[in-house]
Amino acid sequence: MAAVSRQIGLRAKGLGLILGLALSLQPSALFAQARRIISIIPSTTEMLFAMGAGDRVIAIGTYDKYPPEAQKLPRVGALVDPNVEQILQMRPDLVVVYGTQTELKRRLERANIPYYSYSHQGLPDIFSTMRSLGMRVGMAAQGEALAARLERQLAAIRAKVANRPRPKTLLVMGREPGALRNIYASGGVGFLHDMLEAAGGTDALADIQRQSVDVSNEMVLARAPDVIIELRYTDEAINRADLDVWNRVSAVPAVKNHRVIVLTGDQFVVPGPRVADAVAKMAAAIHPEVGW
Amino acid sequence: MPARTDVRRRLTLTLTGFGALTVIVMLLAPLVGSTSISLSRVFDRSIPFSDNVDAQVFFVARLPRVIAAALVGAGFALSGVVFQGLLRNPLASPDTLGVAAGATLGAMLALTAHADFTIFGIGVVPLTSFAGTIGALAIVMAIAFARRRGTSSTVLLLAGIAIGALLAAAGRFIQYFADVTDTFKTVQWLMGSLDVGSYAPIVASLVPFGIACAGFVTLPRVLDLISLGDAAAEARGVDVVRMERIALVSASLSTGAAVSLGGPVYFVGIIVPHIVRLIVGADHRLVLPASALFGASFLIVCDLIARTIVAPVEMPVGIITAIIGGPFFLWLLFRGR
Repeated sequence: MAAVSRQIGLRAKGLGLILGLALSLQPSALFAQARRIISIIPSTTEMLFAMGAGDRVIAIGTYDKYPPEAQKLPRVGALVDPNVEQILQMRPDLVVVYGTQTELKRRLERANIPYYSYSHQGLPDIFSTMRSLGMRVGMAAQGEALAARLERQLAAIRAKVANRPRPKTLLVMGREPGALRNIYASGGVGFLHDMLEAAGGTDALADIQRQSVDVSNEMVLARAPDVIIELRYTDEAINRADLDVWNRVSAVPAVKNHRVIVLTGDQFVVPGPRVADAVAKMAAAIHPEVGW
Repeated sequence: MPARTDVRRRLTLTLTGFGALTVIVMLLAPLVGSTSISLSRVFDRSIPFSDNVDAQVFFVARLPRVIAAALVGAGFALSGVVFQGLLRNPLASPDTLGVAAGATLGAMLALTAHADFTIFGIGVVPLTSFAGTIGALAIVMAIAFARRRGTSSTVLLLAGIAIGALLAAAGRFIQYFADVTDTFKTVQWLMGSLDVGSYAPIVASLVPFGIACAGFVTLPRVLDLISLGDAAAEARGVDVVRMERIALVSASLSTGAAVSLGGPVYFVGIIVPHIVRLIVGADHRLVLPASALFGASFLIVCDLIARTIVAPVEMPVGIITAIIGGPFFLWLLFRGR
């Protein structure tokens, strides 16, 4: 009974917080400043460091590779394998988790540890997360400044490509090395799709309402993209021979006109503060005629 | 010898029936797809191939896919028949002896290590998955042949399951440490895909398929006798140990070639032999060729459905093989009861 009533109490408290957040004009005042933050999602870790809360982060996730100053921190698992025991042991006063980590959230609730649940969909979510995370850790102004700066940078890129033709672009997120097999590309939703559109391209798969689409050779030929961008999330050297596989579908305008471009870097997979930099790289690839 | 004449007649009938099905399916499948193409443009010599979209859809996207489906379907079906006969177990499939787990491990290693090279136009993943097959086969053979007098099918089966579990665990170990994007690629590979996009992997797979087929043609009578028991087979002059080895190597090579070409769509290898037995009976002289032909047609049709049913996107072929094969098999199973 005690456990049940405690749970109900917690739920009520949670509800109160949400209501408070919605009603209050000064929501940051609701929260004590978080001093011991654990963030196990790469994008939120980057956000916290970018808004100047890096010195309050005590542990990060397994895949958090940026910024460099975060790399000395202990790692406590990631999306599918958070090390709950280690997380509890570190006595955090805020854990930043991903929306789908329901089991972790349940266990944090039971241990009475507050968490901030985050999930990303489109590009605007990155900025709203920065603002609300800033509020949640007691750095609302810094979160707001970071989001506003990035929005300005994106607006500048959008303005630069505004009156230019928007080439049909296939944004390839991965494929089997050395072959045109198991290709998957960005569909018409998600932050990569939004980034592509912001960079002045038209998504070749815009009509497919999925973040990731399996693309067959037939589909590549049928969609006939003007530009193909291949994203590589590591900074490994590009093997030119590997790109020659595209020559098999030489009827595709992007291949015929030598517009298969590789962009490397993990900023393309992390919807965080480096997003403007990633969009700028995409825009330069799609619109080389504009001075960047 | 009326019995022999009867078998010959049935063999002719079976090969004609299943052969005709395969030929029709192979001719029709490349004509259908998620995009409409004009056949006259496909074969229009006045348009250079490098600019001819219709011809590239036909010759680069569809035709290799249909051929790959035929080979993978036949390869899995044949090795299914042989494993089921050799192990005297109706549940045996191409992945029972850990051979397929070896192939999966090979593919995972390449995807996780970001290996990036090609040999004769064949990508790294088919190469490493085939190498994985050979590795697993070597372990199974070492166990099977450790005894001079061959080994019982039960020991072979259990050893194969143990090796399969071990290799699968090694795969999960790699997955555990892999990056999210690499894991995604592996999951995608595991769903199977016949969209090979070139003829190089098909041509390469003909080598192991060819060796396997040379083994398969020696097997029908042996598998019939083995089904009566090793002792009975030996009493009729079969060198059981030697024939077991030939069966094991042929079926493993066929599995390896099929996995590296189309990914792990093993269901074909379990279901097709049973469907064929329900139609033509248990005589391996009929079951082996009929399974090859039916396996080929079955996978071509499944892939055709996979690439058109939710167009413009595609469904992984492994889902279709199970959705169609499962109920069809149940229907055949209960029809006669």
